[in-house]
Amino acid sequence: MATTVLEPTMTRTAALAKRSVLVDWLTTVDHKKIGIMYGAWAFFFFVIGGVEALIIRAQLARPEATLVSPEFYNQLFTMHGTTMIFLAVMPLSAMFFNFMIPLLIGARDVAFPRLNAMSLWVFVLGGLFLNASFLFGTAPNGGWFGYAPLSGRQYSPGPHMDFWVLGLQILGIASLAAGVNFFTTILNMRARGMTLMRMPMFVWATLITQVLVLLSFPVITVALILLMADRLFGSGFFVTAMGGDPMLWQHLFWVFGHPEVYILILPAFGIISEILPVFSRKPLFGYSAMVFSSAFIAFLGFGVWSHHMFSTGMGPLADSFFSLATMLIAIPTGVKIFNWIGTLWGGSLQFKTPMYFALGFIAMFIMGGLSGVMHSVAPADLQQTDTYFVVAHFHYVLFGGSILALTAGAYYWWPKMFGKMLDEGLGKFHFWTTMIGFNLTFFPMHFAGLLGMPRRVYTYPSGLGFDLYNLMATVGAFFLAFSILVFMWNVIKTWRSSERAPADPWGGATLEWTIPSPPQEWNFDDEPVVTERDAVWGMKRAAGVRMLPEPVAGDGKGIHMPGPSWWPLVVSLGILSFFVGFMFDKPWAFPFGPVTVFGLLLTTFAIFKWAYEAPDAHATNH
Amino acid sequence: MTTTTAALDHHDHDDAHAHHTSLPIDNRKLAIWTFIGSECLFFATLISTYLVYAGQSVKGPFPTDIFSVGLVTAGTAVLLFSSFFVVMALDGAQKGDRKKMLTWLSLTVLCGVFFAGMQVYEFWHFYHLGLGYSTNLFSASFYTLTGFHGAHVALGTLWLATILKDAIKGRVPPKKALNLEIAALYWHFVDVVWIIIFPVVYLMQMRS
Amino acid sequence: MALPRALWRRHLPLGLLALFAVVVLAGCAGENYPQSTLHPKGDFAELVDAVFMKTVWWATAIFILVEAALLYAIFKFRGKPDDPEPKQVHGSTVVEIIWTVIPAAVLAFVAVPTVQTIFKTAEIPASSPDGQKPLTVEVIGHQWWWEFRYPELGIITANEMHVPVGRTVDIRMKTVDVLHSFWIPQLAGKRDLFPNRETRLWFTAKEAGEYPGACAEFCGLQHGKMLFYVMADTPADFDAWVARRMQDSVTVVPMAAAIPSDTVGPAADATGLMDTLTVSPMAQAAMDPRVAEGEKLFLTKACAGCHSLKAVGGPPVMVGPNLGGIGARRMIAAGWMRNTDENLKHWLQNPQEVKEGVLMAGYTLSDAEAEALVAYLRTKQ
Repeated sequence: MATTVLEPTMTRTAALAKRSVLVDWLTTVDHKKIGIMYGAWAFFFFVIGGVEALIIRAQLARPEATLVSPEFYNQLFTMHGTTMIFLAVMPLSAMFFNFMIPLLIGARDVAFPRLNAMSLWVFVLGGLFLNASFLFGTAPNGGWFGYAPLSGRQYSPGPHMDFWVLGLQILGIASLAAGVNFFTTILNMRARGMTLMRMPMFVWATLITQVLVLLSFPVITVALILLMADRLFGSGFFVTAMGGDPMLWQHLFWVFGHPEVYILILPAFGIISEILPVFSRKPLFGYSAMVFSSAFIAFLGFGVWSHHMFSTGMGPLADSFFSLATMLIAIPTGVKIFNWIGTLWGGSLQFKTPMYFALGFIAMFIMGGLSGVMHSVAPADLQQTDTYFVVAHFHYVLFGGSILALTAGAYYWWPKMFGKMLDEGLGKFHFWTTMIGFNLTFFPMHFAGLLGMPRRVYTYPSGLGFDLYNLMATVGAFFLAFSILVFMWNVIKTWRSSERAPADPWGGATLEWTIPSPPQEWNFDDEPVVTERDAVWGMKRAAGVRMLPEPVAGDGKGIHMPGPSWWPLVVSLGILSFFVGFMFDKPWAFPFGPVTVFGLLLTTFAIFKWAYEAPDAHATNH
Repeated sequence: MTTTTAALDHHDHDDAHAHHTSLPIDNRKLAIWTFIGSECLFFATLISTYLVYAGQSVKGPFPTDIFSVGLVTAGTAVLLFSSFFVVMALDGAQKGDRKKMLTWLSLTVLCGVFFAGMQVYEFWHFYHLGLGYSTNLFSASFYTLTGFHGAHVALGTLWLATILKDAIKGRVPPKKALNLEIAALYWHFVDVVWIIIFPVVYLMQMRS
Repeated sequence: MALPRALWRRHLPLGLLALFAVVVLAGCAGENYPQSTLHPKGDFAELVDAVFMKTVWWATAIFILVEAALLYAIFKFRGKPDDPEPKQVHGSTVVEIIWTVIPAAVLAFVAVPTVQTIFKTAEIPASSPDGQKPLTVEVIGHQWWWEFRYPELGIITANEMHVPVGRTVDIRMKTVDVLHSFWIPQLAGKRDLFPNRETRLWFTAKEAGEYPGACAEFCGLQHGKMLFYVMADTPADFDAWVARRMQDSVTVVPMAAAIPSDTVGPAADATGLMDTLTVSPMAQAAMDPRVAEGEKLFLTKACAGCHSLKAVGGPPVMVGPNLGGIGARRMIAAGWMRNTDENLKHWLQNPQEVKEGVLMAGYTLSDAEAEALVAYLRTKQ
């Protein structure tokens, strides 16, 4: 719960005011600061994953190249996939969950602010732990999908896959804690009058995404525990000599893995559904259909996992079932795309940078969606799976979909988050360089795949006709990297500019635009009341104005926010220590290795301190 | 495990101030239900793994060689009773009947300790019968499933014991009965999971 | 180069997906893409290609329509900041039902052939198009090479699978280590190999030719160099190949090649190799003294510990690939390098440089020793 009315002690308030900036950010429980840190760390990992991609592309530019060793190449593509999914796209979405969800629903914070801080720090430490493997030259090398028995101890000796199996468990804790938190926040902390069917679409997308996280992450957690047991404690869950079955890993992995795809794309759908109406000056077309299609996609997402396994030979009945179930997903997805175009139809389109990226998203996502339908045709998938055609497909969905939408969201919400507008000219330049670089990188991969190039190969022979397509993709990848530099330049330029953004630069429809940019710590001076969908448009219409008057910053008198706490960070360090112990305690007899035990004790201790922490609400009017 | 910090996070909320919630349910109660929903998938996956590998071990000992259902039936009964006890304790807490709360809560904690102790003894016994963690598929899937359940029992017992300690110090007045209620919800869940595990693991006793 | 009409039909829908790709594809023909999924040369691959092309046509049509609608909206509804507020439309049930039903109907056109093809490709035909019983080939995956066994013929070979054109091949697969995936794009699709379960695939080659394939399931360090060839021979050529494999097993004294090694290769089939086998072994050996030296090295330098030169009747389980007929193979190092004298020598001297992590260690062969081994192996036709 965000607020309490306990009387603050003035000494405590004074002490808080004197905290250094570093301590402030390490102990903050403010959803906005946490959101910004999610974004900054995710962008850091995104750049690391991008550099990995560039090395991969440099190696594949020419056939039979020897730029990197096969071992390093395998580490690169394993970490590229793992990083982009778990350390870039998911936390970039989490940045918007954190910063925007309370603002969109008219709340002063999330349901459990300290738990929110813990999610952040567990994610950051987990990401650093995974990437620390590079420092030892032992980065994970068994693919982001970790198929057994290759990922088992017999075929992957050394710490490579230990980093992976432990790192993903750590990250899973962050996702699950955030899932509980945001599910509760959205269901329970909406402004008065904001019924479920009045929620902005991004809030719906977030809610459904959390359901997917809550139901799919436990499955991968168990799978990782079983693999960890095989690797560290000598069990045989996936060791055929002991009766284990590698197929179990595949089923468990994809029961998680397919919902994970929607965890990555549904927030993007939500962002697009926020942006298009604002820049079309017209409500979202078919709101209810958009809600139900998202829910339907999420529901079907749990029934199609075996379409990742057509080549395992499951038999014609299973193949048919999973083919047809997968095709069904095209129907709600199509509804979304048509409704987005319906939103544009008859509107008064305002071509600002967020709109550019949103339109680019639709154009590219159609492509990724259609190649997805091609994979659902099980016999055709016997040619396409594990080829560059699949690589092209999911980059059209993940980059052309998720990343373009997240970029659109960044341009859209940047003024709200930082109080400054990103430069429009550089933004449009960013857009065109992204579109050219993206298509030049990934479009040729469709052909490389259809012409027979398998995935995850560190090199390929000349004479099979792959050369030109690979060269194009490499040129495109460096072009795409250039576009990221343009974005970074835009951020720096904006950072140094002194021009302030207004509270409502775009003519927005949702509650965040009624408060100053950036918002005060307590978000809303008065808890807002909502009487309709697109609430702020309603307020403007009722007032007979195009823009509401610029809000005056309140003094926050009488509003009490939860105070900072060290314990989320300490719990996170305890969790990290607990898992790291499994790697370094091996000479000791499990489970009594000192690092693990220390982590367990530290976590328990910190949770008790957390639970009994003084209800340290502090007044915001210090 | 750590997600239950959501439930322990009880000072983010002050019961004295009934903040507006959109649904007629407290945040912490909604969170623990959400967490339990997620945990269902965790145990469903572990139980599925156990079932998939039932009878697939290439060497013994097998369940029929090793299980003695008597002790574990006693443990099961104790765990079932403890769910009833915690309901009585909660009733005492809500009505301000301190003696009732302390009595039944103490009994609940004792049951938790007994069950956890029973499991430690059972594991020790099996280990000495030659069933190490990595002996065969049965042992690994058995220890993983029941071990994670046991860890949940231990955590729940610790949680309830912490509330008992607070209650003894008089820190669980009726307006804070929710602290006990969410712990009780978690405790019921742990019980329900055992009600599935017990027949699947001990009563069916599949062998190769 | 002019593109045949059929190829246009094949490439047009994909090419339309982006203009620059059309330009690139205009120069393409099947023979330049030996591993292509778009130029099927076997019945299984044709079935797959037919259903794939159906989805490509539908997808292209939908792509063009939807992108056109998007572009139309973008250009038609451009607004200025001071324009009046457009009409506030919240949706239309009729329109939304229409665009839910139409995609569902289109999907039916894809779903029906999909299920038909799933069932058609699942069943291994009881008899080949030529009326014979299908030829069984066992595929055994190894990190990082392919073992092929012909149980009906007793032949064991590696990395190059010979099959007769027109006869269905019944493939039964297993791996001895991690998962692999057997993928032969022009003849069939791909199927994964498991250590604890036999998986199956089938195809009938329709044209003689050399078809490259690859491992398609990531299998560790050298996944990128786990390639193979399927050699689809005319029935006569296939019978000749089988006969030569039977010869491997009775050869006691190494046979020198009567033909210079630079003519070895696919062309060797046509030069009447069977005749060379009838020449006196001793006389052949005398023609090139390095051959006898090579044989000695093969036995003393640990080669024979892992590799058998007998395709028939050799030890059933060997650590390394069977080398029966190695001298006539197209490729070495699991489909990675052309089998020239120079490459073979380089491979023997520097296996870890060519393919880091393979079990074949460097055995410090001098140039002369390596050349002798090459000369000896070249006799294994």
